[in-house]
Amino acid sequence: MGYLNGFVVTFRKWLGTRSDTGRRITVQYPEETRPKPERFHGRHVLNRYTDGMEKCIGCELCAGVCPARCIYVRGADNDPDDPRSPGERYGFVYEINYLRCIHCDLCVEACPTEAITETKLFEFAFTNRSDAIYTKSELLVGNDGRPQQLPWEHWGDGFDPAADTSGWMRATAPSGDASFEGIVAWSAELGYGVRAPEGGQPLEAEVRAAATHDTHDDHDSAAH
Amino acid sequence: MDTLLTGDPMLSGGIGLTEILIVVLKVVVSFAALMVGVMLMVWFERKLIADMQNRIGPNRAGPFGLFQTLADGIKLFFKEDLQPERSDPFVFKLAPYLSLVPAFLVFTVIPIAGNFSNGGDGVVTLLGQETLMQVANPQMGILFVLAMSSIAVYGVMLAGWSSGSKYPLLGSVRASAQMVSYEAALGLSVASVLLLAGTLTTNGIVAEQSGWRWNIWMTLLVPFVVFVIAATAELNRPPFDLVEAEQELVGGFHTEYSSIRFALFFLAEFMNTVTMSAVIVTLFLGGPEGPIPSGAPGWVQDYLLPMTYFFGKLFIFLFIFVWFRATLPRFRYDQLMDLGWKFLIPLALGWFLILTSLKVAEDQGWNPVVAVLGAVAVVAVGAVLLRSSIRAASGAELEDVTVAASGGGES
Repeated sequence: MGYLNGFVVTFRKWLGTRSDTGRRITVQYPEETRPKPERFHGRHVLNRYTDGMEKCIGCELCAGVCPARCIYVRGADNDPDDPRSPGERYGFVYEINYLRCIHCDLCVEACPTEAITETKLFEFAFTNRSDAIYTKSELLVGNDGRPQQLPWEHWGDGFDPAADTSGWMRATAPSGDASFEGIVAWSAELGYGVRAPEGGQPLEAEVRAAATHDTHDDHDSAAH
Repeated sequence: MDTLLTGDPMLSGGIGLTEILIVVLKVVVSFAALMVGVMLMVWFERKLIADMQNRIGPNRAGPFGLFQTLADGIKLFFKEDLQPERSDPFVFKLAPYLSLVPAFLVFTVIPIAGNFSNGGDGVVTLLGQETLMQVANPQMGILFVLAMSSIAVYGVMLAGWSSGSKYPLLGSVRASAQMVSYEAALGLSVASVLLLAGTLTTNGIVAEQSGWRWNIWMTLLVPFVVFVIAATAELNRPPFDLVEAEQELVGGFHTEYSSIRFALFFLAEFMNTVTMSAVIVTLFLGGPEGPIPSGAPGWVQDYLLPMTYFFGKLFIFLFIFVWFRATLPRFRYDQLMDLGWKFLIPLALGWFLILTSLKVAEDQGWNPVVAVLGAVAVVAVGAVLLRSSIRAASGAELEDVTVAASGGGES
């Protein structure tokens, strides 16, 4: 009775809605979110050195490698008295069009100075095309290595520094916290593996727990 | 006019204000019940099929997503009403109503309450008048149901034809062929019921099943099975939803419809599901009949328990229709026609013959075993003839298309 077996299958699914045979993996998205995968590709940030200089040197390698041609870079010579970046040149214009970006991460791979990395932020719904083009001032991280939250960006239940950005970049930001180094999934965004925790550094779970009670960072508390 | 009215004891005397009031009340109540029922049916179907497919289903609008249908309806109401340039404007506008109105009308002859147990005839006293708990009880009864389901074919057919577009046309051609074919099976299985009931009125059919003499086992199950399958095809529900086969025909007959006109088709489709379930309950499961304690107060005997039984049985069939949809993949068009013409119609006809022989033997005082054996012999001969003719026909077909070996063939 091959026809009737199908009826048994659907009926058992219905009966076992709460059981293992009928397990539903749907989550109630805006209220609940699923943990993001370790190498999730979200929107980009432009990072800075510990002395506050921009890492971008305006070399346009990211724009050259971009398969979607969504990056526009124009470099300019640094003013020797007031350099924006170490070296001769800096990124004078840096724009990413998120209507075109496919989040392939090739720009991150191409960047010789680790200036551009991807966060795991993905909830940005703009209502006009000019908002979709992120300019350099919008992409640059703050002193603490955090990306800026733009008006149309939704950051879910606040900002989870351990889950949403590169820990290495946050640790090496001008006012970065060294305890963020070496956390699993933080520093793997460049594609060459995970940096092991160095002497006395906390494990991932500890930092995550501490980050949720993080009060000395006023940006964090504002986002919560 | 008189023969139309005599079905209901209330109308056999003069017609005054009370009678008109009662009729209006019944119409309003059944209309409202049907609309709310359809709303809940859409929600129920989406929730149930979601459960069967490991999904959650609508859960945003109202508690458990109960108002999802309402929200969809409001959305459809405010959408742009498009009309194709090459359509026939009058027929295009008429078609949704041709679908919707029969769906409503079928429900008017369904008895939804009244005490039918212990030989009761379902008469209740309402505002001092003896009446039946159905809007109308015409003498033609079940024929009216069949007629209405035939008229609904026009809605689908004209919608497809008047759209001036090819997918709706293909869908409506399928629809008319499918619905006309399955109406034959539907009618033949109803004939078995009518044979036992000896009346066409729905009230009479229900009253005849009183005392657990339900037609589902009095007709020995086969007409019931045929009826349910044919009804599913008649409703264009999966697995017989070739009429609006999304993968092949975009949306079938309602491809070109939008806004409120599409909502009317949608409404009619689900309303037909509800009313067809009600017809199945009436024909085969004794309608509102069920065990009723004789000591209970009048309103419990006449309204509460019968309505509970009726809607309980109705619910089972709604569940079954959704279950079909969740389980069975769609039939191919030739399989659909094969099932209808080569299996269901001969089966219903043969079974009707056997039941008839039993009935005649009973009436004439013949030995029922001999009569049934004779009928079975006739049916068997017919089945063999049918089978050999089908085989011969498909063999001839195969000779015609020797090259089409890769194209499938008889399944």
